[in-house]
Amino acid sequence: MEKESLLPLLALLTPLLGSFLILIFGENRRNLREGTTLAASSLTLLWTFLMLKALKAGYIPQKYLFELFPDLMFSFRADPLGMVFLLLSTSLWLIISIYSIGYMRSLKEHAQTRFFFCFSLAMFGAIGVALSDNLVSLFLFYEILTVSTFPLVAHEESLEALRAGRKYLVYLLSGASLGLFGIIYLWGHYRNVSFVAGGFVGEVKDWVLIFVFLMTFLGFGTKAALMPIHEWLPSAMIAPTPVSALLHAVAVVKAGVFTCLRVLYFVFEAKSFPTEFSLGLSLFVSFTVIGANLLAIREDNLKRRLAFSTINNLAIILLGALMLSKEALKGAILHIPFHGFMKITLFMCAGSIYVKSKKERVSELDGIGYSMPFTMGAFTISALGLCGIPPLCGFLSKWYLCLGTLEASKNWFLLIWLTSSFLDAVYFLPIVYRAFFRGKKDPKIKEAPFSMTIPLIVTALGSVTFGLFPNFLFHLLELVKMVISSVWGV
Amino acid sequence: MNEQLPALVVIIPLLFSFLIYVMGFIERRMPYFLLLLSSALSTLFSWKLLIKVIKEGPLSYHIGGWEPPWGIEYRVDHLNGIVAFVVSLVAFLVILSFKERIEREVEPPRWSQLCALFSLQLCGLLGMTYTGDVFNLYVLLEIASFSAYSMVAIGKRGAEFSAFRYLIFGTIGACCYLLGVGHLYILTGSLNMADIVTLLKNLPDSSALRVGLCLLVIGIGIKMAFFPLHIWLPDAYSHAPSTVSAFLAPLSTKVAGYVLLRILFGIFNPSFPSEKVLLEALGWMSLAGAFFFSFMAIIQRELRRAFCYLLLSEISLLGMGVASGTLEGLRGAILHLINDIFMIGCLFTSLCAFIHQFEKEDLRYLEGLGILSPWVSLGFLMGGLSVIGIPPLCGFFSKWYLILGTIEGEKWHLLIGILVSSLINAILIFKVVEKIYLKHPHSVSLKNLPFAFLVSLLIFSVSLLVLGALASTIVKKVIDPWILTLGGF
Repeated sequence: MEKESLLPLLALLTPLLGSFLILIFGENRRNLREGTTLAASSLTLLWTFLMLKALKAGYIPQKYLFELFPDLMFSFRADPLGMVFLLLSTSLWLIISIYSIGYMRSLKEHAQTRFFFCFSLAMFGAIGVALSDNLVSLFLFYEILTVSTFPLVAHEESLEALRAGRKYLVYLLSGASLGLFGIIYLWGHYRNVSFVAGGFVGEVKDWVLIFVFLMTFLGFGTKAALMPIHEWLPSAMIAPTPVSALLHAVAVVKAGVFTCLRVLYFVFEAKSFPTEFSLGLSLFVSFTVIGANLLAIREDNLKRRLAFSTINNLAIILLGALMLSKEALKGAILHIPFHGFMKITLFMCAGSIYVKSKKERVSELDGIGYSMPFTMGAFTISALGLCGIPPLCGFLSKWYLCLGTLEASKNWFLLIWLTSSFLDAVYFLPIVYRAFFRGKKDPKIKEAPFSMTIPLIVTALGSVTFGLFPNFLFHLLELVKMVISSVWGV
Repeated sequence: MNEQLPALVVIIPLLFSFLIYVMGFIERRMPYFLLLLSSALSTLFSWKLLIKVIKEGPLSYHIGGWEPPWGIEYRVDHLNGIVAFVVSLVAFLVILSFKERIEREVEPPRWSQLCALFSLQLCGLLGMTYTGDVFNLYVLLEIASFSAYSMVAIGKRGAEFSAFRYLIFGTIGACCYLLGVGHLYILTGSLNMADIVTLLKNLPDSSALRVGLCLLVIGIGIKMAFFPLHIWLPDAYSHAPSTVSAFLAPLSTKVAGYVLLRILFGIFNPSFPSEKVLLEALGWMSLAGAFFFSFMAIIQRELRRAFCYLLLSEISLLGMGVASGTLEGLRGAILHLINDIFMIGCLFTSLCAFIHQFEKEDLRYLEGLGILSPWVSLGFLMGGLSVIGIPPLCGFFSKWYLILGTIEGEKWHLLIGILVSSLINAILIFKVVEKIYLKHPHSVSLKNLPFAFLVSLLIFSVSLLVLGALASTIVKKVIDPWILTLGGF
């Protein structure tokens, strides 16, 4: 049941207002500026929890603003699927804000005001994507997210960074135009773009409609870094680590995945696709699952290796959704927050290592575990989690994914899941091995400041807790069950 | 006085242009303020008219009390009501910004001449929108054109030659239009648009009619710099004084675009057999233009030339909307016309401010502008993002309808044209954004930004957002009522 509420609007306006306050305070009042970031992120988290409470009480907070086009409202709704993405991005935003203040100040980075302004604006975009009630509102925020991340990617202002920024724009803007074509086609033919569980398109038989779906899926799949349109993501790793951590492991790429899920289950009815088509699409996505992991093994730069692992995990989520079974979809949606928590930990560790030792390559990490035991401890936990070792949360989502594969009797795909997890281990464990079992302690390297170490310990503990108690604090499992029951009509 | 509003909107700038010139001899600074006043009055009156039209429906004004088919009729409906308001508002905003710029750019004796020409130009443009008489339109078109030629010629280095070329092309365009009017007059015996519409219904399709329509479209095509009739524009606008290009770029081609809409949909309509072919050809030409201009825009070294090509590619988008020949495409074309006046106004006013501060036009000098001059950078950013259609700025909304129109009409080549040319334009815009925000400033001497520029740029930037939010209202209150009055939709 829907209920008119101001909460979605508040959750949106807080980061927007925050970003402008950041701009006003500027470099001369940096403590106030950072205070604004923290205040905005904690307030947004508060609104999110209030919405979660409302959702648990049985009604969906909703807000209509005005008409974008005749009969097409600019409207927001915190439904369970959106809530999962919202909880993930707002909670990690608070954590990463603390971390980024430590990171940016330790490195004495330039243009910090621009950084925090764009960061806050990007969060505005991500939250908008999560809360949007229809494809057009979603597209609006999707583009804001794209544009506001560009200065963050090119933050370093070196030629390489500028190139990465340009590449990022070329990929994402082209993808967005494909997506826009799909959206407008749907609006032209159905005069409806609102998200409905089970989709408004109905049964898909027509090949023109499949073409439109494919364009939309690939268009938004650009942000989810599907191969072969993934190249922007490893290049974007030149950005400061907090950006890679929150935006390129969580907010931006997950916005892509999230939009694809919306398209699959809330615009189209994925179950009604012709079997050969959905099988072909699954194979296409499986190619990314395996290919990204193979590329990750070869990569020596730590952040780029993590980026390939992100590509792999995003494809896992999409593949799970394409299995077209309840359990697999459950696993896929659960993997969104779980992967977010684990991957952000890994990125924060990479950032801490860089701040303290200026080391960026895996081959230089011998013995770093002795110098930075907490950081590398957190790294180990998350890496194991991504490999799918119980009792960490990565195991839980992969368990559901495998169950779902069997449920859909697509047994061959089990091989994909298992190979992918095996390859995860192949490129993560050598890092752990180097850190703890090779080389000597370097007395010059110490743990990073508290503002950087505590956030990564918190997220690492989070990934353990979610593995043991998936309903802890965020009620993730309950939310996911609500999504499943709405989509499958149970 | 309310009955006289249609005449007042046009007559005020005309009378002021004489007054401005005369007052210039008495007090040098007076002309600018008179110019500002005249545009403000036009804005105010055209706003009143627009409101009246929305409330009470189209109204007709007979110049000198002569009854329509014989006398000149000013017919204000929803479409020209809003176009005239937007034109005079943007003219006011541009004029508001450039007082200091005129005083630096042009020698004192020419101040009053330039201001008088601006006022005359405004009179021509507003007259072209309100008039309901095809021959009167020709007269006002020439008033606007001749003031434009002379304004361009005031610029430095090569402006005379560009102005002369502009004059040659412009005159050919005007002649074509006049010949087309001649054809219509011979066939129907009338010059009044509403009258022609009724007379055309009973007229069999003939080659004379087709040639007449083609001549009208070619004539207006030259004025609105439609591909491949555009060659005068980049030179003329980039050699003109910066204030003149800031004034002409958003307005003059768009008003010609409005006239095209009026001819193709108001007088004729897409159910004419000859017009179908014409629209098809227009579509392919716009497509070629969109690609060509977007490509030309990204290879320019001078910012002003790059923006001129950007302006041309925007006009091609308008052409695509017209050529799709569908309801949504027409909605898109009209909305795009309105939005584009603001977007191009925003970009060229920023450009004018930039030139005022740096006295340079090379793209290189944009580097570090974000630190040196945040407000001008904001203007570039907002105008640019809007042009490439980033939501929630207004450009997105018109592109939405344009794309919807091409899908509805199943004109897939136009669809690809709109999407791809926007992406190519994005290269230019992000090149500019990258230079502004991600590069370090050169050590150049920099003059202060006059307060008036700041105000005008701020209003422009905000209006791009507001227009986005108002898009649905504009479509429902203004565009749809107009389209309803047309046959064939």
